[in-house]
Amino acid sequence: MNAPQKLTLKDFSTDQEVRWCPGCGDYAILKTIQKLMPEIDTPKENTVFVSGIGCSSRFPYYMETYGFHTIHGRAPSIATGVKLANPELDVWVVTGDGDGLSIGGNHMLHVLRRNVDLQILLFNNEIYGLTKGQYSPTSKVGTRSPSTPDGSLDMPLRPCTFALGAGARFVARTIDTEAKHMTPVLKRAHAHKGASFVEIYQNCPVYNDGIFDYIKEKKTAAQSRLLLEHGQPLVFGTDNSQGLRLNAKSLQLEVVTIGEDGVTLDDIVVHDETNRMLATMLAGLSAPDFPEAVGVLFCQPETSYESSVYEQIKTVREKKGIADFNAVLRQGHTWTVG
Amino acid sequence: MSVVEKASVESNADQAVSAVVVRFAGDSGDGMQLTGSNFTEATALHGNDLATFPDFPAEIRAPAGATFGVSAFQIYFGADEVTTAGDDVDVLVVMNPAALITNLKDLLPGGVIIADSDAFTDKNLVRAGYETNPLEDGSLDGYRVIVIEITKQVIAAVEPFGLSHKFAVRCKNMWTLGLVMWLFDRDRSVTIENLEKKFASKPEIAQANIAALNSGHSYAETAELPSGVEVYRIQRAEVAPGLYRNATGTEALAYGLIAGGRLAEIPLTFASYPITPASSLLHTLAQHKEFDVVTFQAEDEIAAVCAAIGASFGGTLGITSSSGPGISLKAEAISLAAATELPLVIVNTQRGGPSTGMPTKTEQSDLNQALFGRHADTTLPVIASSTPSDCFDVAIEAVRLATQFSTPVLLLSDGYLANASEPWLVPDVTQYSPFPVHFETDPEGFTPANRNPETLARVWAKPGTPGLEHRIGGIEKSHETGDISYDPDNHQKMTDVRKAKIDGIAKFIPPQTVSQGNATGRLALVGWGSTYGAIHQAVKRARATGADVSHIHIRYMMPFPENLGELLKGFDQILVPEMNTGQLVEVLRSKYLIDAQRLNKVSGQPFKIREILEAIHSSLGEQA
Repeated sequence: MNAPQKLTLKDFSTDQEVRWCPGCGDYAILKTIQKLMPEIDTPKENTVFVSGIGCSSRFPYYMETYGFHTIHGRAPSIATGVKLANPELDVWVVTGDGDGLSIGGNHMLHVLRRNVDLQILLFNNEIYGLTKGQYSPTSKVGTRSPSTPDGSLDMPLRPCTFALGAGARFVARTIDTEAKHMTPVLKRAHAHKGASFVEIYQNCPVYNDGIFDYIKEKKTAAQSRLLLEHGQPLVFGTDNSQGLRLNAKSLQLEVVTIGEDGVTLDDIVVHDETNRMLATMLAGLSAPDFPEAVGVLFCQPETSYESSVYEQIKTVREKKGIADFNAVLRQGHTWTVG
Repeated sequence: MSVVEKASVESNADQAVSAVVVRFAGDSGDGMQLTGSNFTEATALHGNDLATFPDFPAEIRAPAGATFGVSAFQIYFGADEVTTAGDDVDVLVVMNPAALITNLKDLLPGGVIIADSDAFTDKNLVRAGYETNPLEDGSLDGYRVIVIEITKQVIAAVEPFGLSHKFAVRCKNMWTLGLVMWLFDRDRSVTIENLEKKFASKPEIAQANIAALNSGHSYAETAELPSGVEVYRIQRAEVAPGLYRNATGTEALAYGLIAGGRLAEIPLTFASYPITPASSLLHTLAQHKEFDVVTFQAEDEIAAVCAAIGASFGGTLGITSSSGPGISLKAEAISLAAATELPLVIVNTQRGGPSTGMPTKTEQSDLNQALFGRHADTTLPVIASSTPSDCFDVAIEAVRLATQFSTPVLLLSDGYLANASEPWLVPDVTQYSPFPVHFETDPEGFTPANRNPETLARVWAKPGTPGLEHRIGGIEKSHETGDISYDPDNHQKMTDVRKAKIDGIAKFIPPQTVSQGNATGRLALVGWGSTYGAIHQAVKRARATGADVSHIHIRYMMPFPENLGELLKGFDQILVPEMNTGQLVEVLRSKYLIDAQRLNKVSGQPFKIREILEAIHSSLGEQA
């Protein structure tokens, strides 16, 4: 074994020209992840990035690790195969809202419920970029696009709500340009054994520019984002003056102002990331009526699929003893012709 | 020889016949498949050569007495070489009127019918479409009919075990099996062992079934059965010496894949999604975790093939399996494997189609799909198995081609091969030559575009190998560096190289041989897949009467063996029997510019020897 040497961002950059549009949120995400890589404890050769099709799915070409740019929607399935072949590998899936939730929605559902040990990063820009701007399953109703010139009609889904519904055991949300927020979230996702689902709000400057400005820009950010921290009250706004209270009658979260109408900090719900009900309520919060939750919504580990697979194989092998293939062929009723 | 050579029935002496076809038919809930498989086992132990053909409905439990719910199991056994499940039935066992009306057309004139008269109730007769009871109206006078109140006999036989009426009646199949075993002098001890094992947790059920089996056997022995059916004694077959077992095509295929993995020295990752008639391959492999096999039931066909591709990228051999409709769903991903040049084995157990078609019936109509059913210029090797035991060698060959040529390989089987069983000379895997996989480990001069100069296989460098970090993907890659390339000349070159690699496999496979007959002559029957048995027997019979006919059976469908074109040109006529509308024949005509003729059957049933024999005579007669 070589002596461990300190790697840097450069060690994780390839010689390939990055080909996203100028100003694309993907650049910021790439940089943050390339920077994060030396900080996590996985040898470069054991790291694999798997992607589907779409702008985000070009990602593996820019990471100096093993990588597989596959076909539309199927990255979770291919990554499952990689992990079944070699559970020691550290496998990341990079996907988008169209790739992961439209054409690949079924695979996303099953990879999450199965709890394969993967980090799944879903870059959500609420639009199809690579195919030139059609609306996506996360686009808001009324989105005007080449395929919906008079506005889209169908209801969007919220990726974190989907993930929680599918039984995901780690669900988080972060923002493309906020490395300081994204880095610890991704570290948590990486440390979590099992399927970790991270939605990343990502700006598409060409087809859907500025859709996340409300949560990014200084003027509105405090009011629009709910920074989650396990064990801390769900407060937000300037000076954290506002918070979320559970309305016991409607079983819904409501926005209250601390210090008004007799509301104190004790009335505010404390974030418990092991509570799936709470996580589901948080995942569904939408601006402008509510702040949108960023951080770890839910984390409750359970044995990952591939480790159960190998555990079961081990048990069977212990029971059956040494495998003699020729002997197995001769098991059961045989007869000899002289 | 499938037809019973009618021995004299003048005396009560044992009937010496060379081969017999027995068919058990009843409701899908009557346990006919279990009866058939037990009889098969006893027959194999008796030393006969045999072939079976289970024919069951798609409905798991169709309404009792319905014609579409009839489940049948046919076995052809004898002293001579047996390669099909037989054409015409000598002994037909029917558990109800529906089984009789749907199977009578295949019974030879003078053949034996064993019928449970208790099941010929007015209700069942109407449901089957009979206006009068055929057991009584004289319509079966051309046959030897043995009418027994089987249900009543069974209830009496199992009475001491205190079963409910429902469970008592379920022993009917074992009673009937006992009777048939007596007719053919079969040993009951294996069936008894099987029953004890199957019902280990319910000893009273086991004992009742055994009592029914014995009771049927002694009934046959003591009852005054019509003359001429007392005892058949089938001579022991003359087959190659060695250790034998029974195997279905699915079993042999599963073992072949395991053997292939061992010869390639690589673990297998088998990912599939349930589909009739391919699921049993997943079931069989899932039982063999003691070998280096990981099985994975995916959420759909696409996920299954993709997981297999991911597993190949990860450093094991990915295998996926389905039937025609499922292969259609996998097509896009198969092209990804071809573009990224990763090893992959895809097994297609073909069934009747198109669409849902006839899932439990056999057909070989996915050859065009295998050869051409993908977007763009995606060529890949296609090989086909011809008999249940051939599935073993073909599976090994699929693993060899996939791993040695870094390519997806399509292996064609079909519903008949999958379910049919035959005695299998158990191979000694230590006698096979290994073909170990080479994983690249040297970073010196490494690019993911590197190729083996002889085979043109792309280098296989698995994640986890230090210094070989690289990216692959479906976008066209540079021939030199493996990086993304949209260069026009490069795309031409890559397309040419991918094709040359597959075409070049022809240099690494055995030349086409003639499986029976001369290497030149008036007529060659050219087959592929499960038509082997019927063509073999037909050619054998025709040659026995002096016909100049040969049999060529192709395993390598893509690429063809290098000598195939020349071989075919040595015959005046080529006739291609296929269970499709003529897929191989079109390929042969177009590739070799020969006037190959077609013989097609698309009924969901295998060819009968007679059908092919007639075509041989007609071909030779026309020319004469």
